[in-house]
Amino acid sequence: MPYLYNTPEDQQAMLEAIGASSIDELFDPIPESLKLDRPLDLPPALSEMELDQHLRELAAKNANTGNSVCFLGGGCYDHFVPAVVDTIGSRSEFYTSYTPYQAEASQGNLQVVFEYQSMITRLTGMDVSNASLYDGASSAAEAVLMAISCTRRHGKVIVPASLHPEYRLTISTYLENLDAEVVELETPAGVIDVEQLTAAIDDTTAAVVLQQPNFFGCIEDAQSVANAAKEAGALLITAFDPISLGILARPGDYGTNIAVAEGHTLGTPMSYGGPYLGIMACDKNLVRRMPGRIAGETVDRHGNRCFVLTMQTREQHIRREKATSNICSNQGLFALRATAYLSQLGPQGLRETANLCLQKSRYAAEQLCEQERFSLAFDQPTFKEFVIRDADNDVEGLLRSAEQQGFLAGVPLGQWYPEMADCFLVAVTEKRTKAEIDQLVDALAQEKNNRQGRQEHQAETVQH
Amino acid sequence: MRNTHDTKLIFDLSKPGRRAARLPACDVPERDLAELLPAAALADAPPALPEVPDPQVIRHLVNLSTLTMSVDTNFYPLGSCTMKYNPKRNERAAAMPGFADVHPYQSDATIQGMLEVLYNMQESLQEISGLPACSLQPAAGAHGELTALLVAAAYFRDIDEPRTKVLCPDNAHGTNPASAAMAGFDAITLKTTADGYVDLDDLDAKLDESVAVLMITNPSTLGLFEPNMREIADRVHAKGGLIYLDGANMNAILGITRPGDFGADMQHYNPHKTFSGPHGGGGPGAGPICVTDKLAPYLPAPIVRKSGEDYSLDFDMPKSIGRVRAFFGNVGVLLRAYAYIRTHGPDGLKRVSENAVLNANYLLSRVKHILPVPQGNRCMHEFVASGKDLKRDKDISAMDIAKRLLDFGVHAPTVYFPLTVPEAIMVEPTETESKETLDAFAEILFRITEEDAQTLHDAPHTTAVSRPDEVRAARQPVLVHAE
Amino acid sequence: MVKPEELLYAKTHEWISVAEEGGDKVATLGISAFAVEALTDLVYIDLPAVGRQVEAEQPFCEVESVKAVSDIYSPVAGEVIAVNETLPDNLEILGEDPYEQGWIAKIKITDEAGLGELLDHAAYEKLCSEEAH
Repeated sequence: MPYLYNTPEDQQAMLEAIGASSIDELFDPIPESLKLDRPLDLPPALSEMELDQHLRELAAKNANTGNSVCFLGGGCYDHFVPAVVDTIGSRSEFYTSYTPYQAEASQGNLQVVFEYQSMITRLTGMDVSNASLYDGASSAAEAVLMAISCTRRHGKVIVPASLHPEYRLTISTYLENLDAEVVELETPAGVIDVEQLTAAIDDTTAAVVLQQPNFFGCIEDAQSVANAAKEAGALLITAFDPISLGILARPGDYGTNIAVAEGHTLGTPMSYGGPYLGIMACDKNLVRRMPGRIAGETVDRHGNRCFVLTMQTREQHIRREKATSNICSNQGLFALRATAYLSQLGPQGLRETANLCLQKSRYAAEQLCEQERFSLAFDQPTFKEFVIRDADNDVEGLLRSAEQQGFLAGVPLGQWYPEMADCFLVAVTEKRTKAEIDQLVDALAQEKNNRQGRQEHQAETVQH
Repeated sequence: MRNTHDTKLIFDLSKPGRRAARLPACDVPERDLAELLPAAALADAPPALPEVPDPQVIRHLVNLSTLTMSVDTNFYPLGSCTMKYNPKRNERAAAMPGFADVHPYQSDATIQGMLEVLYNMQESLQEISGLPACSLQPAAGAHGELTALLVAAAYFRDIDEPRTKVLCPDNAHGTNPASAAMAGFDAITLKTTADGYVDLDDLDAKLDESVAVLMITNPSTLGLFEPNMREIADRVHAKGGLIYLDGANMNAILGITRPGDFGADMQHYNPHKTFSGPHGGGGPGAGPICVTDKLAPYLPAPIVRKSGEDYSLDFDMPKSIGRVRAFFGNVGVLLRAYAYIRTHGPDGLKRVSENAVLNANYLLSRVKHILPVPQGNRCMHEFVASGKDLKRDKDISAMDIAKRLLDFGVHAPTVYFPLTVPEAIMVEPTETESKETLDAFAEILFRITEEDAQTLHDAPHTTAVSRPDEVRAARQPVLVHAE
Repeated sequence: MVKPEELLYAKTHEWISVAEEGGDKVATLGISAFAVEALTDLVYIDLPAVGRQVEAEQPFCEVESVKAVSDIYSPVAGEVIAVNETLPDNLEILGEDPYEQGWIAKIKITDEAGLGELLDHAAYEKLCSEEAH
């Protein structure tokens, strides 16, 4: 076994010290009737080389950004990861350590968390940040629970259809056995109708959940949404895109009470959906209801500045069933990567990254819409994503054909929005070049010809 | 040798005009922001992030890394956390572009290799737990607890049996009652005996048809196998309730006994512990759960299915609780766990548990004369000693010992948990440590328990900082660096 | 000058004094010196909102140390009519002067049944000396 030290002689010496005759004897506390009387039915052990070959073989079966051009979005994006981030993320002092409960042995981790929290508050314009949660969707659900607790309103939570469908489903799942009801608001124009929202809010509404830019990539009238929530005494939860804050107004600027985000875009690879970074920041007066770890600054016994985990009485290990959440971890490694990423980009780098996303995605949208077959589903300003409607209503065929030409062209929306079965979501990050965008447009434009060719061929076949 | 300049806060190392990132020029026709976006949506200025060049980012963070103890640098016997070696081959595997650079909304046809890994993970976890269905979706152990309890709630709702209570032993990890409350249940505390086992009389007193689930950690947080496990499960099942097995301590029983065989209806795994992590300084983890057939329809969607040689995601689960996060799951963590399981095979996993238990018992035998274990002379993969006598006789607390160990380059054990043991010192050496390391640890313990109390009260002496003022941190919280 | 000897005490370590105010019976509540010492290094108090209805023997306020949370119970049912706003930023008062400046809340009593259960100073001292061992 590659990771074990104990030789048979070691084992013998250890058993003698214990006063046991065999290793089996150490398992005597387990009743014989409960023991497994056969080996586990698992494939046999692999050497490192065999493992490497096996996994390379499997990895080779997956289209990835190395061999395909990715225009997929919907909460996960192909942003660039600077080498500095990988170098820092592979420091094993960081990635093989545990939660910094022993502050003296963890000043590195703790200072990074403190810097992370500070950067997140600067990024969002919020007062305080925690040390991170699991991912964007579960952070949104935690924010909803927090809003219910802060407002003591157990009536309802308003989620517009322009919020990520998986975020909405996560919120509903979290609330299923609690009193509050999730009220969904239709968004046929691609953004929240503020009048309709105002009508839906009442004095039992704990929170309104806004996504900015929203799931369709559209820019919401965040200030009006915030005003409507505030007027009714409900909290505003904003799910934001960290990269967008290079140019867009910060959640704190328009009165967000709890800001959450999927933070993988700050230097963590897509990895088929996780693990990711759940960002959460909030108003100062809500911090005692905030879930998750928080690092704070203090001094040690010599008076030197240092960092500790603090405000721990909110957490499960102290408050048990009365805790703000059951969460018992933070995405430390990705908070670290985000800290390195944001330091490496700086204000100008973030602004330029956001601008490239915006410019390129608008270019892509325009080029696609030059094709008669395609149009924008919504007449709204967008940031880095947009929804394309296919007049031929063959999204599946279109995307499959693009795949075969090396393009991961878009996310079909019919799976979540039946009325949008003819639509797909296209994301364009700073990584996409004009050439790639032009090629995508060509590939999608040609698809019709290919399909017509196929159909004619089929017709011929039938005739024969 | 500490570099005090480069370990200042990154904000204090920033200077306007310094920058690392250079982005490519915009290669599409560039338009004015005001033309593209409504004025109200725009920020006045970009966020006030630090302005530092590449070498500063590296020197700052690499220096900070050296202020952190880790499994790769130190013995880390932190009880209940299973701080075992994190294999480097797993890191390489997870970083392969075919795994790392894959988007979660790619079509099934483009990710057959990924789905095969995940399908095999489901199968392996089912076999190791003896439970026939699996969801890989939860993001951490506590998240797995919540997910399983939501599954239980959906099951009872579906069979029209409204049940409101979840029982948790008093020595359970705090996540258990917290998860119960989040899932909408009343968390009821169950007494344990002086030996640390579930008090059967108290169980009988609290067990009725309103109990949905008994959450049990077995082996327990005291490192003991519950001798009445089958009896407890039978009694709960007789009342129609379910057994949830907190899989925190699976490292003791791989291939030796299976939760499904000793009465569990559901369990979570901590792959970042049992299947070699890494812990990432506090995360990420993952929290896959396995359940019985009758609970399978309620699992979160999707599940990976295999048909012939094809793998696909199955979203068609009408009774599913829904989702507990976006996308498939913490795939990067699961990939590493897969690599770990494939590296060991069935015999290897059993060797892991045997050596974890051997190492813990050996260390216990070496230190018990100074750190007695109230619950006896044997343990599973970890033991909880009590520093009560040292406190009384020498004025040395569990915290003092924890802090002084740092001076000797050993990470502290878990202290003051579980709360049921006074001056608790919880030691879990794991299987990836040598007899020599365990002997050295014992010698350090002997030495420091002979030191004068003040030396320990003032410890640690060699670390970058010593005894932070936690009262001040909590009383006047400073949670961000002011702009 | 409040004398600890003249106050009543709950088994959960709150002290209470009852006075007539404008025709109503009003209870003033705090926590005993023994409790403050046992809690060590208090860092936070979560005061109830004025106007909140409290039930007898139910928690209505929390105090926190770094790693513990303790509920404060009201022995009587009633309405919170005042809270000591200076406490959150000056928690040391609880230790320095728990029986006067360290008062926590005033409750207009609607049901004084709980008062009968309270201990006098001597009985409370006895309870504390038992708990200390």
